[in-house]
Amino acid sequence: MNAAKIREKVAFSILGLITLFVVAPILLVILYILKNGISTISWEFVTQAPRNGMKEGGIFPAIVGTIVLIIGAMLFSLPVGVLAAIHLVEYARDNFFTRLIKLSVVNLSGIPSIVYGLFGFTLFVVFLKLGTSILAGSLTLAIMSLPVIITATKEALESVPASFREISLSLGATRWQTVRYCVLPYALPGILTGTVLILSRAAGETAPILFTVAAFYLPRLPRTVFDQVMALPYHLYVISTQVPNMPLKLSFATAFVLIALVFLMNLVSIILRAHFRKKKLW
Amino acid sequence: MGGPRKISEYVIESWIKLSGLLVVIFVFLIFLFLLRDSLSLFGVYPLGQFLFGRNWLPISEPPKFGVVPLVLGSIYVTAGAIIICVPVGVGTAMFIDEVAPKSLKHILKSLVEILTSIPSVVLGFIGIVWLSPFLKNTFGLPTGMCGLTGSLLLAFMALPTIISISEDALVSVPRAYKEAAFGLGATRWQTLWRVVLPSAASGIIAGVMLGIGRVIGETMVVMMVTGNSPVIPKSILQPLRTLTATIAGEMGETVVGSDHYFALFAVGLVLFIITFIINFLADAFLRRARK
Repeated sequence: MNAAKIREKVAFSILGLITLFVVAPILLVILYILKNGISTISWEFVTQAPRNGMKEGGIFPAIVGTIVLIIGAMLFSLPVGVLAAIHLVEYARDNFFTRLIKLSVVNLSGIPSIVYGLFGFTLFVVFLKLGTSILAGSLTLAIMSLPVIITATKEALESVPASFREISLSLGATRWQTVRYCVLPYALPGILTGTVLILSRAAGETAPILFTVAAFYLPRLPRTVFDQVMALPYHLYVISTQVPNMPLKLSFATAFVLIALVFLMNLVSIILRAHFRKKKLW
Repeated sequence: MGGPRKISEYVIESWIKLSGLLVVIFVFLIFLFLLRDSLSLFGVYPLGQFLFGRNWLPISEPPKFGVVPLVLGSIYVTAGAIIICVPVGVGTAMFIDEVAPKSLKHILKSLVEILTSIPSVVLGFIGIVWLSPFLKNTFGLPTGMCGLTGSLLLAFMALPTIISISEDALVSVPRAYKEAAFGLGATRWQTLWRVVLPSAASGIIAGVMLGIGRVIGETMVVMMVTGNSPVIPKSILQPLRTLTATIAGEMGETVVGSDHYFALFAVGLVLFIITFIINFLADAFLRRARK
């Protein structure tokens, strides 16, 4: 018995060490970027265009580009994703078509981001002749975000108690009225928090926008959806690998802004969740 | 109920159905477009030479599009990453589930969640400025831009997937199993190791499969740190190049409609098929775990 107790202590200590080994690098990575990036961050850096072959000035066009892209992606993927999830949870019967949709969602979520990039290029840029543009890039990001939005929405819908639907239906409401007035309002918090989280991931993606929208160096803001834009993750890739003699501090500062943007969106999602949880009525 | 309401309801319900259909259409379109452009290659370049060719020399004369070095590059990097992250990830999941007190559990889970939101390009950047010089100096490697650097970073990136799915699997083991083991006088460790872990095996395998899928498909990190050398790697300590990095790195230099362009789509199709199989298996294991 005693030996077993000792073995337990040893085993648990090893598990603890392993966990430390996982957690410490996460903190180190963030602190490393913070420490090396923060000294270069200034008002000019986040509000001005790059100058002198990107070696001076700021990254304003890349920040705007990334925000434009994720808004564009959301405009498309949120309605389609939410409606598709409503179909799966509220309407679909267990038949071949439903299983096909579910299989497709699983499959979409597993496709590598670079394959989305290839697909976006051949369909939107070449076949539909949208050119390398905000539209092509947003649509590519949107399709990539779709499976995650569907999964988040499904979970949110499924967490609404069945009795809500039964009561509404028993009062003579149609199925859509039930979904619209008795299910969606209560699932909305889950859908919103999930969406913000997914968009924060999309903001950090590079591979899907590589050939569909991202501009190497374009120090002005886009005018139409058919323009190219710079984007933060691609900009970081470019200045840290493609431009010789680039001051390292600019890469650190760009990484800092990218991480800050992503974390800010995560924070919004957490606050939303906390806010709605307080209001939860059942 | 009035006419207009019925019509609007019909319209919205059609949209709902259409959206479900769209998801299927997208998968179909992705496959179709990859296949279409790949077939354009196989019209001029034999499929056998593509699949079994040992040289990837897209701009030599005549060009060679042998995918073997790229597939091996992906396999090396992925195998390295999985060997590192599976024991570490499952160990962490065990710690979070069984050992950590509730408050610590919450903090650990949030930290792992933070890791998912660090963009891959940032990790690639850290690979360039810190990890690869570090590995080069510590282990006296000829270059830090090699498979191992990629494997380490990818292992790091795959951790959240493996930890969270393994943790789910451990949590969902019925309480009665544990109680029975405790009742027989087993310690918490014995219970965890001999009862809970084997019962959670299906779920953990699913997590590992999803992790593999993620690692094989990751692009930016491998493009930035593995040295981009499309030759058959002899070891993980050499520069190599994966399927993903080849597409990302060469697409910008090709002319739309050229053989090289179509060859990159064929590489994409290979990648699509590999990840499709892996995710299909992962889903099968997940479903088995839920039963």
